[in-house]
Amino acid sequence: MAEISIRQVGKTYGKTTIMQGVDLEIHDGEFVVILGPSGCGKSTLLRLIAGLEEITAGEIAIAGEVVNNLEPRERGCAMVFQNYALYPHMTVSDNIGYALKVAGVPKAERMARIEATARSVGLVEFLDRKPGQLSGGQRQRVAMARAIIREPKVFLFDEPLSNLDAKLRVQMRHEIRRIHNAVGATSVFVTHDQNEGMTLADRLVIMNKGTIEQIGTPEEIYEHPASLYVAGFVGSPAMNILPGTVASSGLSVLLGDGQAVDIRSSFKARPGQLVQIGLRPEKLSITTKAHGLLAAKFQFFEELGSARIYHLEIEDIPVGVVSDLKLALTAGEEVGLAFPPSALHVFDGPSGRSLARAEAAGESRGTDASTTGLSMHGRLL
Amino acid sequence: MIERTPLLNLATHLILGFGLIVILAPIWLAFVAATLTLQEVNAAPVELWPGTHLWANLKEAWVLSDFGPKFVNSLIVAVGVVVGKITLACITAFSLVFFAYRGRALIFWMIFITLMLPLEVRIVPTYAVAANALSPFQALLDVTGMGWLINAVSGVQVSLQWNLLNSYTGLILPLVATATGTFLYRQFFLTIPDELVEAARMDGAGPLRFLWDVLIPLSKTNIAALATIMFVYAWNQYLWPLLVITDRATYGMVVVQLSDLVPDQMTTGGGTPTWHLAMAATLMVMVPPIAIVILMQRWFVRGLINTDK
Repeated sequence: MAEISIRQVGKTYGKTTIMQGVDLEIHDGEFVVILGPSGCGKSTLLRLIAGLEEITAGEIAIAGEVVNNLEPRERGCAMVFQNYALYPHMTVSDNIGYALKVAGVPKAERMARIEATARSVGLVEFLDRKPGQLSGGQRQRVAMARAIIREPKVFLFDEPLSNLDAKLRVQMRHEIRRIHNAVGATSVFVTHDQNEGMTLADRLVIMNKGTIEQIGTPEEIYEHPASLYVAGFVGSPAMNILPGTVASSGLSVLLGDGQAVDIRSSFKARPGQLVQIGLRPEKLSITTKAHGLLAAKFQFFEELGSARIYHLEIEDIPVGVVSDLKLALTAGEEVGLAFPPSALHVFDGPSGRSLARAEAAGESRGTDASTTGLSMHGRLL
Repeated sequence: MIERTPLLNLATHLILGFGLIVILAPIWLAFVAATLTLQEVNAAPVELWPGTHLWANLKEAWVLSDFGPKFVNSLIVAVGVVVGKITLACITAFSLVFFAYRGRALIFWMIFITLMLPLEVRIVPTYAVAANALSPFQALLDVTGMGWLINAVSGVQVSLQWNLLNSYTGLILPLVATATGTFLYRQFFLTIPDELVEAARMDGAGPLRFLWDVLIPLSKTNIAALATIMFVYAWNQYLWPLLVITDRATYGMVVVQLSDLVPDQMTTGGGTPTWHLAMAATLMVMVPPIAIVILMQRWFVRGLINTDK
């Protein structure tokens, strides 16, 4: 059992505070991905768990034991580094077995375990090579084998895929998930790539400027971003954001160009409140101007093969729409945009926090065909 | 960049050839002189082609200078200096690069400054220390009054004494401290990525284990380079052995011995100068440094080609 408890952890270098008040409970066997842009403190958090950096506030416990003052080797963690950090002068076999050698495992047992581990990641035929003779993907496998062989309680991954090309990245992603399922250790994976985060994670942790912005399953994060920051960070293409003001009725939001977006009584909005409306490109559909909930001007589109990204503008604010319909539109053409009410996100303008939904959570979440949605569908193309 | 400039190529090759002649000519003359008899070597004009007496001259010079034990001495000192310097440079740089402590930069700069103080500059104080390696501590006792105190309390006169003159230790130790080596190692250690250090920590390797298992194997080519330079440096030492060794029969080194063969008023006593023997001895003394350079050169080249990242 290796649950990780991070309680009110902070990190300061001299007078600079990198991180503060981080609380995170990671369950045994869970795959947690820490997602954030560079400099948000995600790597630091990982290194605090590993013991490579000293904790300056709060405490971290692994499997119930506070590890603040333990050396990395005593924490039962194994780490996979961004640049693999293989020992260049050692063979693959020596690289994988180095931890065992240091631990004084007898040679015969060591060789057997190296062999077994190498087999599990498909490296058997490379055991006598030096890291310099391997490709990027193979080096990554060595780095993973080196972590696996120690049978750690916790796997830590520090952006391990960022040096690989796109195709290999997807392949290694599957590999990592497969190994995680096979080994059953708790995994913490740091990345700035939202695709990696969304696909790998049991739970996502979104970090921003040294604090945790939101914790949740990938679906929760995607469907219900807690803030403008999370909304903008997760999802590709990024969520469309339209600034506006809540009308005096409190039931709609007035955009800059005078258009009103009906928010019904779904959100706890104050009349006159400055808000930002968020709409995911995948949830929008293009319709005629008369049928749309919003009017927009078509600019151009990008062909993806399976779908197209239509670029539109609402009063100079770019709006993207992902659709698999092949529409014949001319630049500057006025069109309408339609969306189900559940796709509507409203954030408080100044703070960026998501506005609470007024109704019971379960009903509007997930199911698009809510009562308000049905009436809306009549207006579609 | 590839350029086709035949004229420039020719010119550069001519300059190169000229440089080669300038360097090789003295060595050639030394070799020629070593193959001539006493009469031939002193005849004018200077002989430019080798004679037939090389082997006889080598033998005579060897016996005359008692080179057998002297070569052993030189070898002991040179190897001692090389091993000492590399060990010291390595662990000093290791401490300077991989550990964070107060005054690290200060210590580094103090070591660096000693680059400007070679042995020849500080030869008198160094000799004083070699004559009694404990004299700094004695001085400390005297200045602080500790010596007087101990004398007054216990009646024992403290007089620290550790003489290094006429010993291998005395020959080697003062040559071992090395700013160059420390600097070289420091620069190399700074190129080691932090991730490698952290990977070793995660693998459970302590600092010394990391030094032994990772850093030293990685710095093999550095060691080869440093060893070569330092071997030649130690082998060619003249002034220090001359000063510190009075018992030449036991501790004499070849280079000092060689200077005795060079004919001057004292050695020939006004007789005919024996240049043929001096040159024969020179050839023999040159062999070990050249051998080391040739041997180690293959390491350099391999180190330069095989740069696995």
